[in-house]
Amino acid sequence: MTEDLSRSTVTTQEQVIDEEKRREAERTFRAAPQLSKSPLHGLWALTNRDLVKWYKNPIQLVISLVQPVVWLGLFGSAFNLGNFVPKTEFEATFGATNYISYLGAGMLAFIILFTAAFSGMSVVWDRRFGFMNKALSTPVGRGSIVVGKIMQSTIRSLIQAAIVLVIAVVLSMDTTHFGVLTVGGSFVMLFLMSFGLSSLFVMLALRSSDWQTQMAIINLLNLPLLFASNAMLPVAIMPGWLQSVVRYNPVSYAVDGVRQMLLGSASITNYSVLAPLWVDFGVLVVFAALLSILGIILSWRLLTK
Amino acid sequence: MSQQAIVKVQGLTKVFGQLKAVDGVSFEVEEGEIFGFLGPNGAGKTTTINMLTTLLRASGGTATIDGLDIHKHPNEVRRTVGVVPQEYTADEDLTGIQNIILCADLYGLPRSNSKPHAVELLKLVGLEDAAERKVSTYSGGMRRRLELASGLINYPKLLFLDEPTLGLDVQTRTAVWDYIRMLKVEYKMTLFLTTHYLEEADSLCDRIAIIDHGHIVKIGTPGELKASIGGDVIVVGVAETGPDISADIKSIPLVKDVKKTDHEYRIKSEVGEESSIQIIDLVRSRGLHVTKISLTKPTLDEAYLELTGRSIRDEETNKMDMFKQRVTMMRARR
Repeated sequence: MTEDLSRSTVTTQEQVIDEEKRREAERTFRAAPQLSKSPLHGLWALTNRDLVKWYKNPIQLVISLVQPVVWLGLFGSAFNLGNFVPKTEFEATFGATNYISYLGAGMLAFIILFTAAFSGMSVVWDRRFGFMNKALSTPVGRGSIVVGKIMQSTIRSLIQAAIVLVIAVVLSMDTTHFGVLTVGGSFVMLFLMSFGLSSLFVMLALRSSDWQTQMAIINLLNLPLLFASNAMLPVAIMPGWLQSVVRYNPVSYAVDGVRQMLLGSASITNYSVLAPLWVDFGVLVVFAALLSILGIILSWRLLTK
Repeated sequence: MSQQAIVKVQGLTKVFGQLKAVDGVSFEVEEGEIFGFLGPNGAGKTTTINMLTTLLRASGGTATIDGLDIHKHPNEVRRTVGVVPQEYTADEDLTGIQNIILCADLYGLPRSNSKPHAVELLKLVGLEDAAERKVSTYSGGMRRRLELASGLINYPKLLFLDEPTLGLDVQTRTAVWDYIRMLKVEYKMTLFLTTHYLEEADSLCDRIAIIDHGHIVKIGTPGELKASIGGDVIVVGVAETGPDISADIKSIPLVKDVKKTDHEYRIKSEVGEESSIQIIDLVRSRGLHVTKISLTKPTLDEAYLELTGRSIRDEETNKMDMFKQRVTMMRARR
């Protein structure tokens, strides 16, 4: 530390604070306005920050759509059981007229599950790169920090789900049951599922500053939640033990509800249906409410060490 | 410094598992002063700031900021103070002005005010031309100034700065110092900063608390701290070996210690300028020729050495802090 750090020796543009700047400072600090005391202030600002980062970087969106497109276009086409199983038996088992339609509904849940899973990652990055500390040093509600993360993930996942739905339709998804009510209702269900799952993954990341652990958690939960659900195959053809697992998986209820509305699966066959529509809806409402409330409570405790 | 204290800290303690990171520190910060926490990495500076800015819960002790208890009214404390943390907290993917307006929203500043205020602040730190650029294109100095600007968005009475010049080059460092001085002089703002640069503490701070291993070793003005190590050193060279007049020199007021070598007297004095004249008179009155004289002011470095028993060193901190510090340094040097 022998270098000369005295201020007199170097003259740069940067260090000259001239008279004008001083007057500026005086003007700037003269009148402090009243700060908002609403508990929700800053919530939209936090949500919007992540959304802006997301739509300013469309590559992220494109990459996130690759997986469902591959599943639908390659797996869905190759696995089109309707081609080698008698049509009546296929419809009785799947409650859909072709496998792409069946899988299309599953893929809506898929894209939401995978988007929600990464909602925790942005918490980890915010912690690592200091933004979390900045936010915590402001009077913004601790709950708002968490809900902002949940909301941005939910909004993104629903937009992506809408795009996946369009792709599925292009790939010959059956649209005979599509209508304002059925599509709208499906997205309400997907919203509930996304809100609940995002809460779950944000919660798991609240204390973490380690992205490797977070990745491990995502991988640990993602595929089981997907495969132990009715997203790819009907519950009825699964072994008994797996069926009971599927019944505890909230993803199954979202997929079931979406199929009943978008594909009219209940009107085709009862065999493929997991639960009545109102039960699907009820399970998702409880799931989303419970996890988001838990997330907010944990944020009060865990965000401040 | 006749004003009352804006920060009052009593026995503040933070324990992480086995480690007492901050061990019962007590101090006060006067309104309108620049108060510095000086100490090596791992001394507990950042932990103290984090407790005062309500980022960390204290394990013990009390503190009030502008009369607000940090335990009972954390949100009011957050509204009152501004924070410029050690690491760069701006979002790289957003522009400078977007970052500041985001901060304003988090403080709940009305939108009608936040936009013009953000522009003013950017102008204040000389970033008006870069306002619409993404932060990822900013240099280290620009990032630091952006952090300063966002720390000021809520019109704070008190601004906390944690290692404000970490990793900056000399020129940018002096620029940041100028901004800090300006905030004190022009806005009458109180500033609380931590640093492990002695020069920074010496040239910026009105008062310094030296902190080591979670304890405050000493608090005082830079002058007092330097004086506390025994004062100035005067070396007087004499031409011929005459009688030893050490005892006479020692009887001069303000002189504290005298050592004689062959042709030299090394004298410690509380006020070197005054003593040296008297010493020369005395030496001449004894018929000795003065061949040379030098007066050395003690540096804060020596004071630090004397008080903590060691020079400022880098201590091992935890992995997370190291990562953050590396990121900060990396971005600062870009």
